[in-house]
Amino acid sequence: MNVQTSKTPLMEVSDLKVHFNIKADNAWPWTKAKALKAVDGVNLSIYPGETLGVVGESGCGKSTLARALLRLVPITQGDVVWLGENLTELDKKQMRAKRQELQMIFQDPLASLDPRMTVGDIIAEPLHTFQPQLSKQEVKQQVRKMMARVGLLPNVINRYPHEFSGGQCQRIGIARALILKPKLVVCDEPVSALDVSIQAQVVNLLKDLQKEMGLSLVFIAHDLSVVKHISDRVLVMYLGNAVELAEKHDLYDNPQHPYTKALLSAVPVPDPKIERNKSIQLLAGDLPSPISPPSGCVFRTRCPHANEQCAEHKPQLSTITDDSSHQAACSRLLELA
Amino acid sequence: MNLLEVDNLRVNFRTPDGFVTAVNDLNFTLGQGETLGIVGESGSGKSQTAFALMGLLAKNGIIGGQARFKGQDILSLSDKQMNRIRSKEIAMIFQDPMTSLNPYMKVGKQLIEVLMLHKGMSKVDAFEEAVKMLDAVKMPEARKRMNMYPHEFSGGMRQRVMIAMALLCQPKLLIADEPTTALDVTVQAQILTLLNELKNDFNTSIIMITHDLGVVAGLCDKVLVMYAGQTMEYGSTEDVFYQPTHPYTRGLLQAIPRLDSEGDILTTIPGNPPNLLNLPSGCPFHSRCEFAEERCVKEAPTLEEYQVGKLRACHKSADWGVAS
Repeated sequence: MNVQTSKTPLMEVSDLKVHFNIKADNAWPWTKAKALKAVDGVNLSIYPGETLGVVGESGCGKSTLARALLRLVPITQGDVVWLGENLTELDKKQMRAKRQELQMIFQDPLASLDPRMTVGDIIAEPLHTFQPQLSKQEVKQQVRKMMARVGLLPNVINRYPHEFSGGQCQRIGIARALILKPKLVVCDEPVSALDVSIQAQVVNLLKDLQKEMGLSLVFIAHDLSVVKHISDRVLVMYLGNAVELAEKHDLYDNPQHPYTKALLSAVPVPDPKIERNKSIQLLAGDLPSPISPPSGCVFRTRCPHANEQCAEHKPQLSTITDDSSHQAACSRLLELA
Repeated sequence: MNLLEVDNLRVNFRTPDGFVTAVNDLNFTLGQGETLGIVGESGSGKSQTAFALMGLLAKNGIIGGQARFKGQDILSLSDKQMNRIRSKEIAMIFQDPMTSLNPYMKVGKQLIEVLMLHKGMSKVDAFEEAVKMLDAVKMPEARKRMNMYPHEFSGGMRQRVMIAMALLCQPKLLIADEPTTALDVTVQAQILTLLNELKNDFNTSIIMITHDLGVVAGLCDKVLVMYAGQTMEYGSTEDVFYQPTHPYTRGLLQAIPRLDSEGDILTTIPGNPPNLLNLPSGCPFHSRCEFAEERCVKEAPTLEEYQVGKLRACHKSADWGVAS
């Protein structure tokens, strides 16, 4: 499936940067704050009905990217164009109106629900906010319908979040995100807090709902197997930068960037024979600090193929061949291939 | 003789809401140099098993059964006796490397302490030994790191410190409670490679507690699958992965998305893990099992050895559905 060429994108992100200014507690008042480059120049497009998976290790900026797409963190530079309109230029009120179409599902299922609201109130809140004209009856009816759709029994409508298990709390979170019939849902690690058997239920539910409602999903996770399962295209991030972006099969079967290769080889496969005979490309050292990232290519300090050239200029995401949509950010791609 | 023989291990907790059985009649043996994987979802009792063996149960915990380490029952030992065995003979790596180191003490001091206490080494000797061990777990600039505090380390490095600490006295048995769960995959790969090397170099026996079946596949010789505090299936890693005979094991294996396969819809295990305060009658898994019969609701299946070295607790016959 080639989604890119057939449709115009819902959201186009260009050169997105999110920098946080941080200052040490014991710093002099006149010292300049340092910039923590959480997201440092990411370009991507999201097409109608597709799932874009975002993977990377902790600290790579995937959650910040998710929040920046919905303008939940201040954007330092770059554009987020939603259906032809640049979200970064909207004021608070205009942005609020847009939030109907842009929703989010959070990582911690229990912490993202107000402990003092009942399930029914939680799911109805977006309706109260955006569609105040609805009567009480209509709201209740919609809430019940949504609850049934995500697999919550109608008799739990008056219960509180603490009475539910993690998987069910995540279903409540999904119902709340979907009740306004959004076009884009950003899921930030929606299943990583859940047990294996529950994780499969929630992944299947998200897939079903996506098909039914024609949603676009941005699915963020550190578990590469889950991302492979749910995504159409996958973006790999490292230290605030996009290092590879490709159709799922291209990426998993034919990874190009040295980081993607190392990442994929490190995922344990639940099969004793395969797992014991595979070769793992171990990465040396630790993730550098995002306050002082390496010059040039950010991955060069851990890359087995790095040379002087990598320290000098920063590679941009570019297609590996002219006719493919497979993009990688590495200046030595052709030599290494 | 096996290094560790666990017979009918039982852990109960007295709680304000009632009596909870966290571990229910667990049996397993572990030979020298063997690695046992204990898998299960949260609340299945796998961590409590580890705590019970180390004598680290919470105050309201009540322990039953026997665990013979080199022929000696370690569950009935006094604290003083247990202190001599802990770390020297049995060591543990905890799940969270962030919270299991003392934030007020330099890493070096935490390591030296172990050696001075258990081996009676002088401070200077202990320091050198600790540096050597940090080197062995591939800590870069080990000597310099001895003078640093835990907060100056990354998660993977802290877990290396924990592993180094556990191995200082070269224990016969290492209990690793989800040692890589809090870590990223590339770091996890580093730690697992390290554990594999240690296993080969020191002939250490390992009990690996995890929920990640991929980790088990790479490291373990035997697997014990737990559900609601009970053993569902026990056997060699190959047998459990390639010929799972318990519906729960099968469900678990099918429910994980895999890098090496395709599939549109994941097979799921319906429902939720049971509440230990209010376990279902009969087989604890019956309410989520698609093959459950009337019998499963009424009586709990006993753990039976259906082939040499392979145990399962299910009313269905062992060759059930093997053709599929």
